[in-house]
Amino acid sequence: MLVYTLKRSFVAFLILIVVSGLTFSLSHLSADPALTIGGEQASDEDIEAIRKFYGFDRPIYEQYFSWLGRALQGDFGESYHYKQPVVDMISGRIGTTMTLGVLAILFALIVSIPLGTVAAMRPNSLIDRFALLIAVFGQALPTFWFALMMIIVFGVWWRMLPISGNTTWAHFVMPTIALGYYATPALMRLTRAGMIEVLESDYIRTARAKGLSPTSILFKHALRNAIIPVVALAAVWFGFMLGGSIVIETIFNLKGIGWLSYDALLRSDLPVVQAIVLIFASFYVVLTLLADLLNAYLDPRISVR
Amino acid sequence: MSKDVILDVRNLKVDIPVSAGMLHPVRGISFSVARGETLCIVGESGCGKSLTSLALMGLLPKTATRTADKLDFLGQDIRDLKERQMAALRGVNMAMIFQEPMTSLNPAYTIGNQLIEVYRRHIDPGKAEARERAIFLLEKVGISAAASRLSQYPHQLSGGLRQRVMIAMALMCGPDVIIADEPTTALDVTIQAQILHLLADLQKEFQMGMILITHDLGIVARVADKVQVMYAGSTVEEGPCQAVFDSPLHPYTSGLLRCIPVPGKTQRGSRLGSVPGIVPNLVGDLHGCMFRNRCDHAEAACEALAGDATQLSDGHAFTCRMTPDEAAQAARQTAREVA
Repeated sequence: MLVYTLKRSFVAFLILIVVSGLTFSLSHLSADPALTIGGEQASDEDIEAIRKFYGFDRPIYEQYFSWLGRALQGDFGESYHYKQPVVDMISGRIGTTMTLGVLAILFALIVSIPLGTVAAMRPNSLIDRFALLIAVFGQALPTFWFALMMIIVFGVWWRMLPISGNTTWAHFVMPTIALGYYATPALMRLTRAGMIEVLESDYIRTARAKGLSPTSILFKHALRNAIIPVVALAAVWFGFMLGGSIVIETIFNLKGIGWLSYDALLRSDLPVVQAIVLIFASFYVVLTLLADLLNAYLDPRISVR
Repeated sequence: MSKDVILDVRNLKVDIPVSAGMLHPVRGISFSVARGETLCIVGESGCGKSLTSLALMGLLPKTATRTADKLDFLGQDIRDLKERQMAALRGVNMAMIFQEPMTSLNPAYTIGNQLIEVYRRHIDPGKAEARERAIFLLEKVGISAAASRLSQYPHQLSGGLRQRVMIAMALMCGPDVIIADEPTTALDVTIQAQILHLLADLQKEFQMGMILITHDLGIVARVADKVQVMYAGSTVEEGPCQAVFDSPLHPYTSGLLRCIPVPGKTQRGSRLGSVPGIVPNLVGDLHGCMFRNRCDHAEAACEALAGDATQLSDGHAFTCRMTPDEAAQAARQTAREVA
């Protein structure tokens, strides 16, 4: 297990290096950043001054290392547009996005694992059909439409929940459901498929032959084995929710990172874009690492392979 | 038979609905097992041996139905027991060893965990006592360094060791009867004999009843007290081990016996014996002797055979249209063909 942890961590570290390189090169893949900053009216001298100021005239590897060195110290430079430190812009918004992401993945797991388990215990029963219905809806309904419908019903007609902003927990209810519901179908179907397979396995027959209680058979012996692929998928979904909640953040006016990245992209505000991409890519890598380690804990065979 | 009978089964049937109709994999079999006695159920693949054992344990698939005229375990009628009541018997009074040691242990838990949980569930919730029992039994089944093995996972053990763990697990609560469903089929030949001797020794030591399901007649000859030969879901011959082996009466039994190569007797390069044909389809209405289409002695009368066994004095019985004398002569003829 220790060897496995070290090995995985090392691989994760290598991935982060590559990701940082790719992120940095973003600024040089698009047009000359000095032109973007200067705008249409800038003279050649202005552009040259901007190049000097931001260090675009130095060799590219030098730029990369100084960028990476500062990024590691939490300095992502200054926004071209807002002239504020990027760190301040992100730290003011990341709480909202994290809260939303954590709540949404929890919501998805709390709905999908029990529902998938119950559906697997009685395949083709009424509850299984009901679960399938929910899954099909979740897969088919566009998030923005679902979110708008919730706003109309719960916000406008019944006036139960606030529809915009992030000041209280109540503000997060609808965004959480809208974002979490999107991940529910995949997680639920995977739980169901895993459970059906596991429940037919020989070791479950052994557990029954030992006269164990149904609770022990289901939770101790079956769920632990069935949940392994779900853990990996949930980690991917969580990363996706953190980075991809632009639509939800816009609809509910949450002003999180998703909204910020959308704004930064529109304005070609590269330092902001780079910082967001690097931070979320790092999140992804760490989440995947954690999911791998959790799975190795759940199934000791994994760390041997 | 008048001994301490643990399990008494009369006319056990299993029916499973399939798309083509009703499948009758077990069609009225009867037997009893006494304390310290080994009953071997023999027959080729698909004759209903495994389903019989699952039916006894109450572990049949949900779609299958079980009926019996009598199903007494420790003097208690277990036919209509609820799942919870059956679960209270399983693992404690009746234990089972399965065919596939590689997949029958949960890969996510240490063998110690899996050994201890059955004891804690049924006997005593304390951990220390269960652990001691587990170590004691692991040593009993011939596993060295038992205490340190407890923290190992199934994937760290070989097939033979896993089956030993399965045996230890079955013994954790001191069962009255142990059902072993082809416990050595998946193992190396060299390990097979070890495991079987181990089972036989433990069974004598703990005075359990044992039902050993197998298609290996060599095994049967060594460990069985009683033999029950099954074909197509019903018993074709049963009796004391010695009697069945020395004077087989049903053509299927003598056919099976012919399949065992005897060192020194079977000539090198000569064809090994076989029973031609395959087990018939057991869907729908079945009548007559099911072996008739593979039998050398089949006649028109076989089609109307009622299925009542012909009883001999020593508990030996067989189900065939032939009289004991005719059957014995036919069996001798089969034996000569090989020699």
